[in-house]
Amino acid sequence: MMVEAIQIQVNGEQRSCQADATVGDLLRELAIKTERVAVEVNLEIMERKDFDHRSLKQGDRVEILSFIGGGAEELRH
Amino acid sequence: MVDDRLIIAGREFKSRLWVGTGKYKDFAETKKAIEASGADVVTVAVRRVNITDRSKENLLDYLDPKKYTILPNTAGCYNVEDAVRYARLARAAGVSDLIKLEVLGDERTLFPDTAGLIEAAKILIKEGFIVLPYTNDDPIVAQRLVDIGCPAVMPLAAPIGSGLGIRNPYNLKILMEMVKVPIIVDAGVGTASDAALAMELGADAVLMNTAIAGAQDPIAMAEAMKYAVYAGRLAYKAGRIPRKLYATASSPIEGML
Repeated sequence: MMVEAIQIQVNGEQRSCQADATVGDLLRELAIKTERVAVEVNLEIMERKDFDHRSLKQGDRVEILSFIGGGAEELRH
Repeated sequence: MVDDRLIIAGREFKSRLWVGTGKYKDFAETKKAIEASGADVVTVAVRRVNITDRSKENLLDYLDPKKYTILPNTAGCYNVEDAVRYARLARAAGVSDLIKLEVLGDERTLFPDTAGLIEAAKILIKEGFIVLPYTNDDPIVAQRLVDIGCPAVMPLAAPIGSGLGIRNPYNLKILMEMVKVPIIVDAGVGTASDAALAMELGADAVLMNTAIAGAQDPIAMAEAMKYAVYAGRLAYKAGRIPRKLYATASSPIEGML
């Protein structure tokens, strides 16, 4: 059986993925190591242990964040 | 100085110089400058991962988490909601409950919105965060932040990145006398003497980024800052002489012809 594709948004960009994919699958596909990233799905912050259990749904807005250089310094959006 | 460790919320820090990791040429320079500074606390920001170009290296590959305390900030947040969101993301991405809380009030000065700061700090403290708030050199606001549970406060010396040095030493001095938690002077340092002055006033630590990263030779400036903070701390502990308007001879009069 063919797996259906769904549209999601990742860090502001449209992207398609398989309908049964999890957050963990998405991270692996993007070659992002799970240590030291935070993932938010529809404004809800995920716990790392739930990455492989949370299935992505059509229209989900996913944000993947990590640490970058910064200090007493403001960085523009 | 033996046993002069900085302790905040039960955590011990060896260095009284804390550094930011922004504005460097590359990660190699960042790493060298941090090493030269002797800092064991480094601040980082939380931002979107670049998903289109995965070849980019990660800052944290250059910073050994066993050697450094990573202190995430909420830089760039102009309201309570954003600051709280970024703090939660930082905790989810990181390993600790430490957060350097910034709620900015104005883009030109980057001065803190202290009302928003107190509100955001309350929310985060309730969630178990160890909140280190970036605040103004206002002693009353600093005391309010301590009252709600901040284990240290981080008053500015001058606007972020301005290099203007300690603009109001008297306010800072009052703040340090009034507030009974560690004070980390944050932002505005331009050169080594500014850092030394902050420490001489009684600051427990100094946090800087631009003064080092923006110097002609960041690694040399990082080293200069290390000595400045150390010298300033020693001088503060030693206790300076009082200021007097007229001279006092250092050589005895007795025995003169």
